[in-house]
Amino acid sequence: MSAILKIDDLRVAVDGKPILKGVNLEIRQGEIHALMGPNGCGKSTLAYVIAGHPKYEITGGKIELDGVNVLDLDPCQRARLGIFLAFQYPVTIPGVKVSDFLRHATSNVRNPDRKEGEGLIPMKDFRRELKDKMAEIDIDSEFARRYLNDGFSGGEKKRMEILQLSLLRPRFAILDETDSGLDSDAVRAVSEGLNKLHGPHMGVLIITHHERLLEFNKPSFTHVMLAGKIVETGDASLAHDLHANGYAAVRERHPTEAAEEQAVAVKA
Amino acid sequence: MSLKENMTAAMTTFGRVTGFTRIAFEAFLESRDEPDWIVEARRAAYEKYQDHLAVPLDPEEWKRVETRTFRADQFHVRREPTEEATFGSLMQDRAEFAGMVTHVDGHATRATLDEKYAKQGVLFGDLSTLLVEHREKLEPYFLKRAVQAKRDRFASWHAAFWTGGTVLFVPRGVSIDEPLDSLIGLSTAGAADFSHTLVILEDGASATLLEETSSATADAAGLHVGAVELILGKEARLRYVQLQNWNDKTWHFAHQAGRVESNGMLQWTVGGLGAKLAHIHQDVHLDGRGAEAEVNGVTFATNRQVLSYYTQQWHNAPNTRSDLLYKDVLRDKARVVWRGMIKVAKDAQKTDGYQRNDALLLSDTCRVDAIPGLEIEADDVRCTHGATAGQVDREQVFYCMARGLPEFEAMHMIVQGFLQIVSDRIPVELVRETLNQTVEKKLGIG
Repeated sequence: MSAILKIDDLRVAVDGKPILKGVNLEIRQGEIHALMGPNGCGKSTLAYVIAGHPKYEITGGKIELDGVNVLDLDPCQRARLGIFLAFQYPVTIPGVKVSDFLRHATSNVRNPDRKEGEGLIPMKDFRRELKDKMAEIDIDSEFARRYLNDGFSGGEKKRMEILQLSLLRPRFAILDETDSGLDSDAVRAVSEGLNKLHGPHMGVLIITHHERLLEFNKPSFTHVMLAGKIVETGDASLAHDLHANGYAAVRERHPTEAAEEQAVAVKA
Repeated sequence: MSLKENMTAAMTTFGRVTGFTRIAFEAFLESRDEPDWIVEARRAAYEKYQDHLAVPLDPEEWKRVETRTFRADQFHVRREPTEEATFGSLMQDRAEFAGMVTHVDGHATRATLDEKYAKQGVLFGDLSTLLVEHREKLEPYFLKRAVQAKRDRFASWHAAFWTGGTVLFVPRGVSIDEPLDSLIGLSTAGAADFSHTLVILEDGASATLLEETSSATADAAGLHVGAVELILGKEARLRYVQLQNWNDKTWHFAHQAGRVESNGMLQWTVGGLGAKLAHIHQDVHLDGRGAEAEVNGVTFATNRQVLSYYTQQWHNAPNTRSDLLYKDVLRDKARVVWRGMIKVAKDAQKTDGYQRNDALLLSDTCRVDAIPGLEIEADDVRCTHGATAGQVDREQVFYCMARGLPEFEAMHMIVQGFLQIVSDRIPVELVRETLNQTVEKKLGIG
């Protein structure tokens, strides 16, 4: 039976200011969902909240994975449960080698009961697997010895996120603008990488402004977010329409949210 | 520091003389049976020590380093080592060494050197023996070139009371391929270590000396008043590592200085992990054209430890290069002080000087004072300095946690990464491993 990631009337604030105002979303393993919307509508907030970033205040609603209340878990427990966020801005950690970091991450996610200091995946096995995975998504194996994201280009960082996705094999992956700021070669590499990884055991939420990632990874559902709410859900053609024509029509169809959006913009 | 030491404080119930009064000094000389020239040098240093005691410590230098609870009269120089002491040596059993010297409570208990190097004229052993046997080779350097006995209270105190220490003398053109090992141990509560490390590399010689300090027990309060002198001839190459790993009841005061002649290369690595309080002067003098020094420092201070480093890079000749990088990790109520200075003499043109100190603060109650400085008299130089201090970046922690690492493991990984940058500069794998291991232990995961 496929698992469900269920977001129910989720309300989130930052510094007392409401950002998400009742988000409803259900993703099943194997499905691809696209989440679109103008800047500032709350897409990245949703991604961070699912992953468990501590700066957000949950003011209402639930996130459940197969009945487990995800909001009760810290980010590390969520990762071990099978939730993965590909960061829009991956963090640099100088002095920590890619291979060491990934070996720790992979050991923890595959053995969720592991305690610190307990066995890691044997070095030899992990090296071999890492090498294969890097080859699959076209990353030079030299990167294994480099420090995590230190001096990496935008495209290299995003590929590193996809590499982690491929090692951690989550049940649910959220890709937060994984295609932004990349040249078309890099977008293709990332799109193909995701396409290879996606399968019946992975539900994917793709947050994007572009169409390219969706060409390779055709969504079953497209959601449009406006002022902290999902206001419309359609199929792949909705994504195509938004990309071609922008959000004006959406705003016309949802004047209340459009007005809220306007009010926030004026205040900012 | 207590200046008043009286007769009652000077005698323990066992009749052993404690403290460093004139009576204690005379008894110390009596026990040594040394040639007149050494005795005279000691007497001169003792008078200097008295002169220094008569005036307060330099308030500018000591205002960040709290010595109010330090009582010199609680410590004594041991007449002989405690033979049965065992030390947690981090390095001794882990590699092949060309020679090993061990000191316990200020006295040598072992000294070995590979025969093939002895045959080439290398000296490696205990200062109190070798200084007498090889006066002609060592006297011209000992407390004359790098560390000056008269410099301050601690230098003259050391010069009056030194008991031993490791000597390495490498003749012209001789290379020692394997590292040499020196272990300085304190085993008895109240024991003072006045060891003196003297390294002399003649022109074109090369060697690696790994030195560590260690306490036999976790709670025996000890005192180290030490000196390190590293003297490199032309084109000599020395790698020197000192891993200070006393227990956290030990006071550590030291003058450590290197001098490098033309095209010589000194690579000096300092690990500051132990001690209740450490205050160290570390000077490198680049005396000849093209001389180079690389200084790597790793410190990790926890609980109420105070680790203080005053570093000076003296560019005394043209085309000299110095590169200093210290990385400090602090936790609990620990404190680290780093006062750095690059001095460039008037004719030291084309100097390339660099100094940097980065501190990572793991608690809200620890504190670092990092004060870089430059004094430049030449007009065609490149000198850069920098200091950073900050807490662990919460975004890094979140990122690690989002990949399944628990918060502690994430913190540990980030701390180790922080130190990795300086570890990468250390060319001896044994030292890198040893440092990693001690850091893990301090983090509580070793």
